[in-house]
Order: sequence, then C-alpha cells, then structure tokens
Amino acid sequence: METRDIVIIGGGPAGLAAAIAAYDAGCSDVVVLERDTLLGGILNQCIHNGFGLHTFKEELTGPEYAARYVACAEELGVECRLGSMVVDVSSDRCVTVVNPERGLYSIQAKAVVLAMGCRERPRGALNIPGFRPAGIFSAGTAQRLVNIEGQMPGRKVVILGSGDIGLIMARRMTLEGAQVACVAEIMPYSGGLKRNIVQCLDDFGIPLLLSHTVSRIEGKKRVEAVWVSEVDDQLRPIPGTEVRYPCDTLLLSVGLLPENELSREAGVELSPITRGPVVDDSLQTNVEGIFACGNVLHVHDLVDYVSQEAAVAGESAARFVLDQVQESDSTQICLCAEGGVRYTVPTRVCPSRMPDKLTIRFRVANVYRDTFVSMYVGEDRVLHRRKRVMAPGEMEEVVLKKSDVLARPDTSSITITLEGE
Amino acid sequence: MPNKQYDVVIVGAGVSGCAIARELARYDARVCVVERADDVCCGTSKANSAIIHAGFDAQPGSLMARLNVEGNRLMYEWASELEFAAFPVGSLVVCVSEETRSGLDELMARGLANGVPDLRIIERDELVGLEPHIADEAVAALWAPTGGIVDPFGLTVALAENAAANGVEFLFNASVSAINRNGDAWQVIAGDSTIETRAVINAAGVYADEIHNMVAASNDQLRIIPRKGEYYLLDTTAGQYVRHTVFMLPTAMGKGVLVSPTVHGNLIVGPTATDVDDKESTDTTFEGLAEVAQKSSLTVKNVPLREVITSFAGLRAHQDAHDFVIGEVSEALCFFDCAAIESPGLTSAPAIGVMMAGLVRDRLGLPEKLEGEFVPTRKGYVNLMAITFDEWAELCKKNPAYGNIVCRCCRVSEAQIVEVMHRVPAATSLDAIKRRTGVTMGRCQGGFCSPKIMALMERELGVDPYDITKCGPGSHVLVRESNREGR
Repeated sequence: METRDIVIIGGGPAGLAAAIAAYDAGCSDVVVLERDTLLGGILNQCIHNGFGLHTFKEELTGPEYAARYVACAEELGVECRLGSMVVDVSSDRCVTVVNPERGLYSIQAKAVVLAMGCRERPRGALNIPGFRPAGIFSAGTAQRLVNIEGQMPGRKVVILGSGDIGLIMARRMTLEGAQVACVAEIMPYSGGLKRNIVQCLDDFGIPLLLSHTVSRIEGKKRVEAVWVSEVDDQLRPIPGTEVRYPCDTLLLSVGLLPENELSREAGVELSPITRGPVVDDSLQTNVEGIFACGNVLHVHDLVDYVSQEAAVAGESAARFVLDQVQESDSTQICLCAEGGVRYTVPTRVCPSRMPDKLTIRFRVANVYRDTFVSMYVGEDRVLHRRKRVMAPGEMEEVVLKKSDVLARPDTSSITITLEGE
Repeated sequence: MPNKQYDVVIVGAGVSGCAIARELARYDARVCVVERADDVCCGTSKANSAIIHAGFDAQPGSLMARLNVEGNRLMYEWASELEFAAFPVGSLVVCVSEETRSGLDELMARGLANGVPDLRIIERDELVGLEPHIADEAVAALWAPTGGIVDPFGLTVALAENAAANGVEFLFNASVSAINRNGDAWQVIAGDSTIETRAVINAAGVYADEIHNMVAASNDQLRIIPRKGEYYLLDTTAGQYVRHTVFMLPTAMGKGVLVSPTVHGNLIVGPTATDVDDKESTDTTFEGLAEVAQKSSLTVKNVPLREVITSFAGLRAHQDAHDFVIGEVSEALCFFDCAAIESPGLTSAPAIGVMMAGLVRDRLGLPEKLEGEFVPTRKGYVNLMAITFDEWAELCKKNPAYGNIVCRCCRVSEAQIVEVMHRVPAATSLDAIKRRTGVTMGRCQGGFCSPKIMALMERELGVDPYDITKCGPGSHVLVRESNREGR
C-alpha cells in the first residue's frame, strides 16, 4: 500500500493552504486529494470580487484568490490528484480513494487533514409545504449553473434566506437579466455579511424582507409562484400576511453544513453546534493524527480566515509527523462558550504546546450592540473588549496569550462570553 | 385508422401495471403499457411507505388478504430473480397501553387465518431488545418476521425492464382520453396515438375510476378517493434509529404512523391519511407534517427529526369497499379492472400480476411462449454502497467510469448513470435517473450533482440542456429567455 506523510482531503482553499503550510514546516511528502477536476473548490464558481482583502490587501475574485494558492502549491511541487474522491478514512489514517484512471486504492497516511468543505442545507430540511416542482435550487447550485455551466436556472426569482450565497446570487441573477422579486429571511437579522446586503441588494433595489418566510410553493411541474408570509416570535407564518409572488424559480440560501461523513467514519467527534469536528489548539481532532480546517471544521464568512486556519492545521500535521508530538503528552484545558457565544474553535487548549498567541474564532447567537467580549482564564478576566456591533453572520475572533495561561497553572477552564459592561 | 395494434393494452405503468406486463410477457401476445407520465412508477407507486406487509391487516377471506400474503412470498423470490432490493427486516405492531392489548391477539388471529407464518406476540423486554428506542409506554408487540422493506422504484423498474426485454412495449407521455368499443376490439386514444387492442387492463391508480367509467354501465360506476399520506424522510445518519418496521396498534386516540428503515438506508416516518378531492394534490401541508412529527413519538422515542432531508406526499387509491377490484368489468368484454389498489398494494403487486395475467390469458386464450422464449431474470443495477471495496476496484478496472463519483451523498458513479439512460425503458429525466440510481436522494438533495447529471444527459442523450426536465413535459430545469428560441 502507498504510504505518505500527510494526506489532505480536499483541494479547495483550506486544503491548498494546509498543504503549503505543511511544506513550509518541513514536510514535503504531502498529497492533496481533490474530487473535482480542478483545484480551488467552491471558489471557482465565486466569480464576484471581494476575496483576499486581509490576505493580499487586494480585492480578488474567487478564481483569482484560488489561483494564487494553486500557483504556490505548484511552485513547491505539491502533488495534487484530481478527480479523486475519498470514500473512506479509517481511525488509523488509511485513506481509500477512487479515481477513473487509478481505480480504487488506499493510502496509509501518518497524518490526515480534513478539508472537505461544506454543503448547503436543502429544502427538505426547512419543511416548506407544497409540491416538489422543478425550479427550486440551492443558491450554490444556481451559482454553478450560471457561472460554470453558462445556464440560466430561471428568469423570475424569489430567494429564501439571506446567507451570503443567496445575496451574491440576487445580484448575479439580476446582472444576467433575471428579475429578483425579493429576499425573504425568517430571522429578524440577515445571516450574511453587511457589505453583501449593501452591494448585492440595496444597490439593485432588491427588498430584504426580515422575519419573513416562504409559506407555500405553487406549481406541480415547475414553480409558478411562491407565497411569502411574515413570521411570529416562534418563526411560524402569520396567517393573513402572505403575499403571492409569481415566479419560476425559488433559490434557497438557508445555511451551510460541514460535510463530515468521512470524519464520522474515522471516529472523529463532532460538535452538535458547528457540526464540525471538536479540535484542540493545533486543530487536531479527537483521533490522533487527524486534523481539520476550513468549512468542514466550521462555516466561515471570509476565505481569508479559512486560509489562516488551514495553515495552522497544515503546520500542526507536519509537526505531528516530524516531531511525533503525542497528544497524551500534555494536559488540556477546556474552552467554554457562554453568554451569547455559540461556540468556539478550538474547544481545547494545550498550555505547554500552544503558540504564544492563539486565535480563537467564534460566532454569536444574536445581534448585539455595544457589547463586550470577555475572556476568562479560570476566574481572571484577561480580555475585555467593546464591540460596536456583532451579528451571527460574521465570525469573531479573540487572541489568547500563552503567558496568560501559563501564569495560572491551576486553571481548568477558559471562558469566552459576552458582557453588557 | 388505428396506428397501433395489440392484444393487450395496460393503462398505467405503476407497480401493478408493470407486474401485470411482466407476467403477461410469459404468453404469446402483443402487449403495450400506456402511461401518462414520462416514466414508470410516477404515481402512487413512487410515494408510499415502501413496506412489504406480512399480511395480518386485511380481513380474512378478502382478495386483499390473499394477495397480500401471496405477494409477500413472491416479493422475496422476485427480488432475487429480478435483482431489486427487498429485505425481510421484520415488522412490529406496538401496543402502547394494557387496555388495548387484546388488539394484538385479534391481529395475530387474523394473521393466522390469512396464513401469515411465524407470527408471535413479544413482551416489552424482548421488544426493547429489538428496538432500544421504543417508547416507554410500549407494553408488547406483534412480531412478524416476514414483514420487510422494498425499493418501490427498483421493483417497478425491474418489472418494466424484464417485461420490455420479453417484448412488452411502453408508450410514455400518453394520457388516455377515450376508450371506445370497435367491433370485437377496443380502441384506446392515448396521447397522440390511437391503439386497437383485444383487451384493456385498467391499472390507472387514482384515475382507475375515470378509466373504468369510460366503458362501464351507468349502474356500475367506480369511485376512487385519493387518500393523501404525508411522510418525512431522514438522512442515512438516522437510518438505523429503528431496525424493523414499527407500526402502532391503533388506540382510541387514533392510528399512529410507522417508523421504518428504508432499503436506501434512510429512516421513513409517516403517513397521514386525509381524503382529498384533487387527484393531483401530492403537495405536503403544514398540518400534515406536524401530525407526522407528533405521532412519531407515540411508538418511538425522540425520532431525530432534525435529520429530515425531505418530505413528500402520496395518494392512495381508496375505495369505500376497501378491497382490491380485480376482474373483468361486466358488460365490457375483455376490459379488466385492476383498481382500488391501496395498501398493501405494493406488497401484493407480484400476486396481482400473476392473477391478472391468468385472467387475461384465459379470456383471450393466450398460448404460453415456447421454452426459453421468456427470460424470467434481469440484471439489476450496481449499488456501490452494497459492494465491497475489492468488488468496486474490479468494476473500475472493467469500466473507469465507476471511478468517477457523480453523486457523493449516495455514492453513484458516472457508469451507473450512463447505464440507466440506455436501458429499456430508458431514463430520460432527472427524476427517472434518480429513481433508478439514487442520485439526488441524499443529504444535499441534488445540490452538487444535478448540474453534473445534466451534463451527462446532454452527452448521452444528445439533448439541449434547456430541454432537460425534472419529470417530463412542463418540468424543465432551466428557463430560456422568453423572447429567444434556444440559446
């Protein structure tokens, strides 16, 4: 059986950044397995700009952003196998992959980096009653049809959900000549980035209906109309508020779910909140030698953060291979999310091994204004920072200093919470 | 002038129509199945519980009871002959209160009278051993090891393919608008075709009354009531939440819903039962789905409904007498009804096929085909989920397209998708491909794979992408600019 130091599953932004970081950390026996026929993952269909502001201080399109990492990986000589779908990962890091040319084969890896990305929540998960006609697409599917296949999924469109892809597609469909009647969002706030609401909806006069949902779909063969209703506190449609929008297409942008089917097979523990693996500060999962990064770990808002995070995973995997760092060598402290903080990544910290400054990413549960983000190491507040506004659609981060942890050797937990003052 | 002539025309390519077609293919006869949809298995046959009933429900002596038990036995035989998925996982009717326990004895007695083998009443301890998530209220259950689950699409397609391989023709997108007596024959207007035939078999599902009433005397009219059943389908992550089909013994509080694994590895929960007027109303409702969610907990604790990937509704062809209507219509020579095929219609389908083919054979005097002319077997589809990695590796060596995974959720390769587009009857719409291969049925519900499948359809079928449909005319996936023809 083929043996490799590091096998990276996924050749999107996370997988590529992880591979590059592993090389930089001194491990060159790396192979990236990508199911698609080209590298770059979902960025290839994100032809709008706005990528890379943090990483490159430039506004790039998705394919341009991906191309920088692809070029870097090529320069380093990272082996990337395309059209290669991983069908199984065992807990002892045997990766089984299938490809038209090579057939079905296995690779024994010393370390595995999970970078499979995420998928969109489908309609079924929403329980919108009605028929199941043609013309209902997740926003990402519509994006692929328009941007990659050059095909138009519809001409008169209603969008449910104000996730970023939905907002981007509202603009995209408009630019392609379709009419977008409205974007309905069941929550009282948008799940997308503020800048996307401004640039994709406001600039094109597309109304964003907060606290609204689709209550009925008309049309047995193809969508003919959708009914949009206001919802009450329990998110139930309020009878009498429904408005009928004649249209041929309903796009759904109602959330992203990390694709962890392989992780589960490998025995990786998943968080019920992020639906991604539970990881420590090195982004290692509970299964020794299996690391995770990018949207398979938790759904990100900006690709720049995916790249940063993936670099940590790649470097950690390299260190694991080169130094044979054993998790059992050191004690770990739990990171707790409280008071409006939905989750943190990571959820465990190893004080002896952690970097001097550890970036902890999290999302909040609601819209908060003039609220403080606080971090406690044990009972001691080590960080207290005012944020003008925080929303569930935007990822937040804080930095934990190693010195703050080492100064308190008896600490059993670190807490991140929101405080009024 | 009729443009086609047959000995037998079967109206409806659901599971009954296809089973009859397959059994008639044993005889020397020209047989045609006419279907209003673009594919087989598009009505009641595709949207039901996908259960193989053991046969203890129906009243002893009824046609339903006989065909259920016979169909159950034949189903497992045919599953190996025709290579579709049918598994005898066993079923449990769960009693949730001591007061209704006598109901189990009644069911058991009925089952014995109907000839259901190996029935047994089990107590709570044994029940919990079989189903750890069973409701706390459960006191006992009727255990029927011959109960099972079946792939309704796989079954219907297998029957249709085997019928076609043995000479039966299929005419799709052909709604029957009139049936007239023409001398000794019947004239059937189906879509654009006028067909002359010696005999007609009415297997039109919820529309069987309309077909029947085209020829029957005024005092022999049939009325089929569409009875809607709504379901939840859960992801494969929840597929083993129960291991057997779990029914509830009805109480004064009403009838429960079933919770069962499916052959595709999902969990199915449902159905409701609401009589409706509209035979096209396969839409789900807020109330119906809420009812399913609420009733699921009566027999099984904490069904993980957050794993729901889709919901759907089907219409049963209910008739007041609540028995199958199978036989020649009086005063309409050589016109046969196969009507009111409601639950356990799917289970009974093989027995219905045998029975109806026998009636028609006797009436028309059809001779059996010569030895070797009828091929009873059919090659099934490859299921990459059901084979070993070594077997898969072998397939890849023979055909590299088995190494190109198109549907990642249900693990379906290019080779499998291409194959179903070239079988007879061919799959030419997205749903037709879905029913045969399982593509788009998984957790992403086609989000990733449908553009790739469409590209394969364009390549293999030579169709313009804008002409690709989800399920036949009117259900185009893409929308052309209204002021331009084509691209």
